Amino acid sequence: MDHTKINISKLNLYYGRQQILKDINAGIPEKKITVILGPSGCGKTSLLRCMNRLTDLHPQARLTGNILINGKDILNTTDDITSIRKMMGLLAQRPYPLPMNIYNNIAYGLRISGRMNKRMLNKRVEHYLRQVSLWDEVKDRLRDPAVALSIGQQQRLCLARGLAVDPQIILADEPTSALDPLSSQAIEEKFNELKENYSIVIVTHILRQARRLADHVIFMYMGEVIEQGPADAFFENPKLEKTKLYLRGMFY
Amino acid sequence: MKKFLKAEEIFFRVLMFLSTTLIGTVLFLIVFSVIKNGLPYLSWEMISEVPSGGYYFGKEGGILNAIVGTVYLSLGSTLLAFFVGLPVALMMNVHLVRYQRFVNGIRLILDLLWGIPSIVYGAFGFTLMVYLGIRASLLAGIITVTIFIIPIMIRAMDEALKTAPRGLLEAALSLGSTRSEISYRVFFKQCIPGMVTAILLSFGRAAGDVASVLFTAGFTDAIPTSINQPAATLPLAIFFQLSSPISEVRHRAYAAAVVLFGIILVISLLTRIISGKYKKNRINF
Repeated sequence: MDHTKINISKLNLYYGRQQILKDINAGIPEKKITVILGPSGCGKTSLLRCMNRLTDLHPQARLTGNILINGKDILNTTDDITSIRKMMGLLAQRPYPLPMNIYNNIAYGLRISGRMNKRMLNKRVEHYLRQVSLWDEVKDRLRDPAVALSIGQQQRLCLARGLAVDPQIILADEPTSALDPLSSQAIEEKFNELKENYSIVIVTHILRQARRLADHVIFMYMGEVIEQGPADAFFENPKLEKTKLYLRGMFY
Repeated sequence: MKKFLKAEEIFFRVLMFLSTTLIGTVLFLIVFSVIKNGLPYLSWEMISEVPSGGYYFGKEGGILNAIVGTVYLSLGSTLLAFFVGLPVALMMNVHLVRYQRFVNGIRLILDLLWGIPSIVYGAFGFTLMVYLGIRASLLAGIITVTIFIIPIMIRAMDEALKTAPRGLLEAALSLGSTRSEISYRVFFKQCIPGMVTAILLSFGRAAGDVASVLFTAGFTDAIPTSINQPAATLPLAIFFQLSSPISEVRHRAYAAAVVLFGIILVISLLTRIISGKYKKNRINF
């Protein structure tokens, strides 16, 4: 494996007394698409949320272990959490555009990360909208509310918004589950382009999507990592019986 | 079995119809009786002049003093309560999401404060005045009414902010925004219609309450020119006139009530027009 972007070791997550993640050890390679695969309720979304510490919002969440990003531990640190989160863009199951117009949705991230003059801002907004192939669709109505867009467009807008804070990593939590097939395809294509420059982590329970996208796979079941490795080896030649069964669709 | 289900359906439908009609009728009767008794006695003189010597015996003059007093008092206290309440409501829903139990405790306390009768706030305001050495004045009235409507303001805003989806908070956090940025740039904008409701609710309470201003704002026939002077209020004017033996004066009480309706209507329409501009950006779920 090449350079590891995120290194997770001995990670345990508890909600109250319930243990959600059990002794997770996993590595996420740089500038590749890593797919976290597994049936519903196996803890894959929780694992993703640990990476940008959204688990902090949960009243009873407790984390032990280490998550190293670029070799720096983000769990046991006194660093400002907002600067850690800025390294990662998040794409949720359904788009949550900010309650502003299309232009400001992108400009929001740019503004909070530093002052910028108007011309520069316009240029950056256009750049990021082009990056998700949304520019031609919205360039005449940048001042319209973001909610006026279709849900597929909203999801691409959210992707652009995430890119605008200049992250190194993109976290995507079942990013196509609310979208129609065409919009899903558009998002998947974007991921394939973006992996040139970003390390991408996608959570999905769709086996075919995992096959299409993955360079690296982490297979989870019941809060544990069962098997992980490069995609080709994982799909063609799974080592464990459980993985084989899952890949054949024997359990969900 | 099927017959029973059908009967149940009809029963509840009739029940709903009856209660809707009941509420509608009561509302209609209140508005109707006030307007019927008051409107014929409402004159330009009444809303443009302060009471002259014989006003309370049915002679000329008006209630401009009470109109102005009510507007000053309600606007002042609503504004104050808004600026105190907004940070609290945002704090409860953005900063303290992790501490749900604590926030629910605050909600309970606010609900209790909401339930306390306004005369108690009036009495509290009065002791506060004595302690601070302020006389019955617009200032004392505004302070008392502000304390009285703050719980209403906060809880109404809190209910509005509670409807903002968790995903929006997470999305904004992932962009690396601080909690304060989220509060004022995202959550406030998302909940503007609810904020407007909160303001209206508080304004209505402030404009319509007698007991809290009875001791604190006092009553005067003059229009207050500074916050240290006492101020008349419409509800008190209504109360005084309604207890008069002269029928002319009693009718003027109803006319004053029509004016109070009018003020609240104008404020409602204004705030709705202003907030309508911001509504379009809101995300719906």
